[in-house]
Amino acid sequence: MAVAARVPPRARRRGGPWLRRLWSPVGATQGLARVMLVAGFVTTLFFLVIAIFARWIAPYGYTQYEVHGVRFAELTHPSGAHLFGTTVESDDVLSRVIWGAQTELKVVVLSLVLALAVGVPLGLLSGYFGSVLDRGLVLVMDALFAFPPLLLAIVIAFLLGSTVGSGIFTAAFAITVTYVPQYFRVVRNHVISVREEPYVDAARALGARPLTVIRKYVFFNVVQNVPVIATLNAADAILTLAGLGFLGYGIQPTQGAEWGYDVQRGLSDATNGIWWTGVFPGVAIVVLVTGITLLGEGLNETINPVLRRRRFGRILFDPLGSAEALVEEQSL
Amino acid sequence: MSVLDVRRLRVFYGTPGRPVRAVDDVSLQIGEGEVLGLVGESGSGKSTLGRGILGLLPEGARADGEVLYGGRNLVGLSQKELRRLRGPDLGLVFQEPMTRLNPLLRISDHFRETLKQHEPRLSDDERRRRSLETLGRMGIPPTRFRQYPHEFSGGMRQRIMIALALVLRPKLLVADEPTTSLDVIVEGQILALLADLKRNFDTALLLITHNLGIVAEACDRMAVMYAGKIVEEGPVRDVFADAAHPYTRELLRSTISLETTELHSIPGAPPDLIDPPPGCRFHPRCPHAMRVCAERLPEEQRLEGGRRVQCWLHGPARGIPAGGELPLQRQTIGVADEA
Amino acid sequence: MTGTSLKAYALTRLALVVPMVWILLTLVFLLMRVAPGNPISAALGGHAAPSVIEAITHRLGYDKPMYVQYGDYLWGVLHGDLGHTITDRRAVSSIIVQNGGATLELTVFASLIALGVGLLVGLLAGRYRDTWLDVGGRLFGIVAYATPVFFLGFLAQLVFGIWLGWLPTSGQDSPLTDAFLRIHTHILIIDAIWDGDPGALGDILKHLILPATTLGIVYAGIFIRLVRVNVIRSLKDDYVEAARARGIRERSVVYHYAFRNALVPVVTVVGLQLALLLGGAILTEETFNWPGIGSTLVTYLADRDYAGVQGIVIVFALVVVIASLVIDFVNAFVDPRIRY
Repeated sequence: MAVAARVPPRARRRGGPWLRRLWSPVGATQGLARVMLVAGFVTTLFFLVIAIFARWIAPYGYTQYEVHGVRFAELTHPSGAHLFGTTVESDDVLSRVIWGAQTELKVVVLSLVLALAVGVPLGLLSGYFGSVLDRGLVLVMDALFAFPPLLLAIVIAFLLGSTVGSGIFTAAFAITVTYVPQYFRVVRNHVISVREEPYVDAARALGARPLTVIRKYVFFNVVQNVPVIATLNAADAILTLAGLGFLGYGIQPTQGAEWGYDVQRGLSDATNGIWWTGVFPGVAIVVLVTGITLLGEGLNETINPVLRRRRFGRILFDPLGSAEALVEEQSL
Repeated sequence: MSVLDVRRLRVFYGTPGRPVRAVDDVSLQIGEGEVLGLVGESGSGKSTLGRGILGLLPEGARADGEVLYGGRNLVGLSQKELRRLRGPDLGLVFQEPMTRLNPLLRISDHFRETLKQHEPRLSDDERRRRSLETLGRMGIPPTRFRQYPHEFSGGMRQRIMIALALVLRPKLLVADEPTTSLDVIVEGQILALLADLKRNFDTALLLITHNLGIVAEACDRMAVMYAGKIVEEGPVRDVFADAAHPYTRELLRSTISLETTELHSIPGAPPDLIDPPPGCRFHPRCPHAMRVCAERLPEEQRLEGGRRVQCWLHGPARGIPAGGELPLQRQTIGVADEA
Repeated sequence: MTGTSLKAYALTRLALVVPMVWILLTLVFLLMRVAPGNPISAALGGHAAPSVIEAITHRLGYDKPMYVQYGDYLWGVLHGDLGHTITDRRAVSSIIVQNGGATLELTVFASLIALGVGLLVGLLAGRYRDTWLDVGGRLFGIVAYATPVFFLGFLAQLVFGIWLGWLPTSGQDSPLTDAFLRIHTHILIIDAIWDGDPGALGDILKHLILPATTLGIVYAGIFIRLVRVNVIRSLKDDYVEAARARGIRERSVVYHYAFRNALVPVVTVVGLQLALLLGGAILTEETFNWPGIGSTLVTYLADRDYAGVQGIVIVFALVVVIASLVIDFVNAFVDPRIRY
């Protein structure tokens, strides 16, 4: 896991120097880390744009099977009017892929926000105050952690589906439950190690109230870890959502297009040699998750001092006596 | 007959900008079985010198000059050839013993691996015997031979490291601040071991330290390093009795003993090794600085008794231009410079 | 000396497991009772008259007070009784025995593939950092993990099953083999070897290839990244530098120091990833019609058979806990520092 360099934070000012300091390691990236960062960022951005503007980009609706009263042909090859072909229900595959991006975005963002909103504060409190609260929470979180995540998500989605009904919220919540223990654990561990740092001790010795200490010192340090974890979690969340969709839990077809669900439908088409109904949604998953992962790994390489690579200038020795050595600005 | 002959060695570290001149034109010799103390502040380049001799430099560092051992120049040898020399010819003992042993291997495994690598024709029994013997000399009993590193204290681990280095009977051992991270009592024990190297193993020792007390106790000769250069060198007794270089004198005055009544420190701070001061590197902090000191690098002078010094106070007179011997005019070192 | 401390560690560790298991069981129990109504009406509602449902509810004890049910439940688990399913009244324990073999086969082979590929590529990538080997390896790992296991399965079926026709795409064996194979352990590979039937064995293996490889490759992705990072970290360790200072050959240094030490955390991760692997197994079983516990679970979920779901979920969770325990022991055995 990424560990940010531990620095007693200066007084936080909005934007300006604070932001620049956060951003500086990114500017110093080089080589592979930068390529990954850029590639990941571009890919993720691409899908984000598609997701947000789906309504205007997609040629048709996600359950639209006709236009002007004329039904689309079923299971047509990719061509002309239907660049990715059509499904057995005459849905346009391209449109479903585009709308699917929006579904993914909605669910993942929602679940991430919820998981952060629950996991981070719990982790902060638990790590900082310790005692019974901490012990109890850790036990529960560890127990949750022991579950196969997909299994947990399925069970929650199943339960919520039978009670509250399926939909974006159900799927998001199922995924949230899966990830809360992770955020909790990471935040808690970090809080515990930061808690013992001299500058925190000093603050306490000066009489700072716990909440102030947490807010000013602990929080900032801990929060630096979160972006990397969040990106990698987003990737996992998409895979989990696709898994849920594949099994038929989470989003119903009328509520939105979901890539996993489409791949499952495509499975039966495959036996008849029809590949486009399953391949396109599947590839979409692969590309998006790869993009997000690259972004996360790129960030990790940048922030994590163990993995960071520095640039070296090339050294040329001048003959002795002139006491100067030339240097060329080149990466080694 | 010298074991090691370093001539005009330079070791620079690469940075995004200009390089760090950690070792800048250093020459010295170590005789057979001799103990040479290399003294200096943190950042003087002494560690770099020690590692540079063995070719153990980090990425981005480059060396130039000559390190003559056994008739060959170690600078420029391939890693493969250096590897053959490291161990049976040249040994290195590091500063922090706590992390220098593989936690998954027993001590016996460490020895077996080292001996197998460099003396493959030894039998298992021979290997064992030699390992135990060397460890025994370091005060580690045979009953602990098969234990894991984490079962030993810091002092014992350092002794194991030294034993590991000595089991191959190297001609030269470089000890880089071997006792800095240990408490005083353990330090005394380790120093006694090191001082006996000549007698027990016939190994020369380059003892790198910032502690003059150690040098006084254990070394035959000493070299004083400042800002990447050796400013003075000579037999320990002579240098302590009458130091030739102002820096050495200041160092000696700064040491604390039972007679110390007030603390003396050298004003200013060690210079930036990327952009060192012109002329003599010590001139900004030297109480005896002359004008020439800020302009020209002092030439090395040989003094009687096998001593060397790099300081304009010792001439040569022909190197000093007219007016250069006048005291250097400079602003008093402000508080800010002390940082 | 080593023996006793290992034993002490084992006992301590076991003691810690008990509260964890208890919490797990309680969690599952609570989750299953969250839904309104009772499990019987959920499963059978609409298929049977209300009076029948009531009778069954009473007979199976679902109308008892919650704490009584909880007590019975815990008591049952302690005695190996995981309950009976509602829809087809099988004992969950017998389901585990009958279908567990298939899941075991799948996960074991997938793990072997994942570890094999993951370790190899990860070691190479870490050792030859920043070369094409590294870049390629990492990219492979990332893309592999980014591919949902069911999609890879889909592609595998499409390419190897439909287009090339080399391998079967569903089931654990063909109907012919199934008819004649005698079941001993419910682990078909072992049964085929037991019977000394090479034809059956070949058929079973052919069916196993696609699912196991699919699952294995996806999870190799995780190992690649992890092993690589650990190798890089290990190569920077102080004792590695000290070994180099003793003139130990680079190859020895890399293999005996860096790799071996890098593996220590990997062993732990294998345990953690088991949980993920089981999740992936569920999807794989669905994709390939593999008759394991995973697909059984999915069926019971679809049928709203809460009892069946509860029983199987408990098994999954317990497997993960036990596996973590085993992994911890292996770890303590390998790394002498970790013994309290």
